Amino acid sequence: MITSGHLLSINDLTRDGAFEVLDTARELSRITDGAIKKLPTLRGRTVVNLFFEDSTRTRLSFEAAAKRLSADVINFSAKGSSVSKGESLKDTAQTLEAMGAELVIVRHGSSGAAARLAQSGWIRSHVVNAGDGMHEHPTQALLDAYTIREHFPEHDRDFSGLRIGIVGDILHSRVARSNALLLTSLGAQVVLIAPPTLIPIGVSSWPVEISYDLDAEIELLDAIMMLRVQSERMSDAFFPSEREYARDYGLGAERVKALKERAIIMHPGPMNRGLEISASSADTERSVILEQVANGVLVRMAVLYLLMGGTAIPTEGVLV
Amino acid sequence: MSSSEMVLKKVRLAEGEVVDVEIRGGVISAISTKITSDLPTLDGRGLLLLPGFVDLHTHLREPGKESSETVLSGSQAAVKGGYTAVSAMANTSPVADTAGVVEQVARLGAKAGLCDVFPIGAVTVGLLGEQLAELSAMAYSAAGVRIFSDDGRCVSDPLLMRRALEYVKSFNGVIAQHAQDPILTAGAQMNEGAVSSRLGLQGWPAIAEESIIARDILLANYVQSRLHICHLTTKGGVEIVRWAKSQGMAVTAEVTPHHLLLTEDLAERYDPIYKVNPPLRTHEDVEALRAGLADGTIDIVATDHAPHPAEDKDCEWNAAAFGMTGLETAFSVVNTVMVQSGKMDWQTLVERMSAKPAEIGGYKDHGRIAVGSLANLILVDPTKQWKVDRSKMLSRSSNTPFHDLTFTGEVLHTFYRGVHVMRDGQLTGLKHE
Repeated sequence: MITSGHLLSINDLTRDGAFEVLDTARELSRITDGAIKKLPTLRGRTVVNLFFEDSTRTRLSFEAAAKRLSADVINFSAKGSSVSKGESLKDTAQTLEAMGAELVIVRHGSSGAAARLAQSGWIRSHVVNAGDGMHEHPTQALLDAYTIREHFPEHDRDFSGLRIGIVGDILHSRVARSNALLLTSLGAQVVLIAPPTLIPIGVSSWPVEISYDLDAEIELLDAIMMLRVQSERMSDAFFPSEREYARDYGLGAERVKALKERAIIMHPGPMNRGLEISASSADTERSVILEQVANGVLVRMAVLYLLMGGTAIPTEGVLV
Repeated sequence: MSSSEMVLKKVRLAEGEVVDVEIRGGVISAISTKITSDLPTLDGRGLLLLPGFVDLHTHLREPGKESSETVLSGSQAAVKGGYTAVSAMANTSPVADTAGVVEQVARLGAKAGLCDVFPIGAVTVGLLGEQLAELSAMAYSAAGVRIFSDDGRCVSDPLLMRRALEYVKSFNGVIAQHAQDPILTAGAQMNEGAVSSRLGLQGWPAIAEESIIARDILLANYVQSRLHICHLTTKGGVEIVRWAKSQGMAVTAEVTPHHLLLTEDLAERYDPIYKVNPPLRTHEDVEALRAGLADGTIDIVATDHAPHPAEDKDCEWNAAAFGMTGLETAFSVVNTVMVQSGKMDWQTLVERMSAKPAEIGGYKDHGRIAVGSLANLILVDPTKQWKVDRSKMLSRSSNTPFHDLTFTGEVLHTFYRGVHVMRDGQLTGLKHE
């Protein structure tokens, strides 16, 4: 169980708590696998998608998760709203809570925004962090762990022995932070692979290994997670050119060949085809990128269920 | 003139002596082991008599941001904290970059009549770092400005900094530098290190402070001018200043009470009450600052009192304003951290919080207790414990990081030019006319 009532960071989950989310997601997958796509669990309950940054895919994934649990969903996006007229995060959240929201899913450009919502006494709702600045994106890490687990059933209760490479813009990546915490907590070895400019100062306190050499690492990995690289990083001198970045840290056909036989290719999306990942690598049968999307809905259902439901998962065959 | 005439009985001086002190006509008229007088008396047993504190770094926000603080409310906070002189930073709106604005601030200070308010002039027009402000006009204005600073921003252009240092020599001015390389700190939110990397907050590396300190020490020495470094926060900065002083270079430096006590890990919950510029640093930095203040590498304590309205802190971290209030808690923090812990004695505290800042600013009527001097004095209870309550601040803003913390030592009485402006911890309503 998520004892704080919120999911702000992977640190809110113990190892057992993380497995509980993954097990719940698996159970929900089993139940909704057949004709029944929708469960009545959260009928009459309201969740809010509070999105201050554009992210269609994450918003849709949470929306699908909430709707499959029969919750009512209010979508709020900052663009064209009163936020563009200067309304604060606090006022926006309080307004939405006054409309009946019990759980707020927040995406915000400022690190810690979800924590502020949960801990400042502004609102009483549950808060789920759907990505805050450069801090964390815990449901992304959970869906990544879910995906890895499905591909390595012999590691069902323990990721020890799995080596997972996260490649690219670690410095600005909330996906990398959440994954580093979660995957190591589940027992995996995590290696962050990037040019030194994109590795945060202070990373030595993280429970991970660091490498600047993708070719030296690639044949050791069971999963390789390519992070989106924003081309504007170039103007900030993090790397000299897209071509040089793609050559040193991009996943092209040659590198795919060097992967272990069972290794999987992951990407949180949206992809920059041709920069961090070539089109052929993204579309190879080793790529699990679309599975990640599908698993995202399941994991988010599990999180909403565990935060708001609290009772046993409905048995099979419950009709809406 | 509403000067209070009285005899302070059996007060202890920083040197340890217990004396009677007579205040008459706004000045200290007598100091003796026993004064017989027909004036009213104040029982000073158990209290320390110190020269009023002098702050070289105070944001009074007026003109322009009166919702945060005014010269009057800031003066009241100063009196409460035992300050008899404050130096109003130039980053007001309009910026204090002309004789007109600095004279206005000085006039507001005189009108408040609670402590001396010495305006600091901007180094560059509009704090934009492009063109020197009319430094000489401010120096020779009625405000008599001697300290110039773009605080809040760094004078980062090395040529402009060189020229400013050279220019103020003609009227014995000093440039107070906010040492922050703006390019190394673009978008910075907190100290860069393990905590910032975990929290995902843009880092403010120590080297961005240290590289400017090193550069400016060399520049000031080259043109033989006076440099003062605002709010030193890093161990490396302390070491650079220590080296410069060992070479006989004319540099002075300040540290804030909050940097003497608080560390970066307070950002953990993203509460922007701990967001300040320069940022809270590591435990190791705090230890170096304490050692530097004790041994005189760091010359003075300055508050960097930076009031902000509630809405500028009741928000997410990135959207919040930088800064903390400090006037009303400075003595208690420094006493607790430095004196009660045995790192500094009372004479050194007087040197760091009163005498030396008065000397740097050229504030002649402050920093000493002597017969014939203006009676800018405070009485403190050095061992009284009290808990900070942000709702009881005299500052118009309540963004203190010390809420609910208990400190040792409290200022009970403040005399400004002989006027008893605070008695037993309460403002008396008296002022200097």
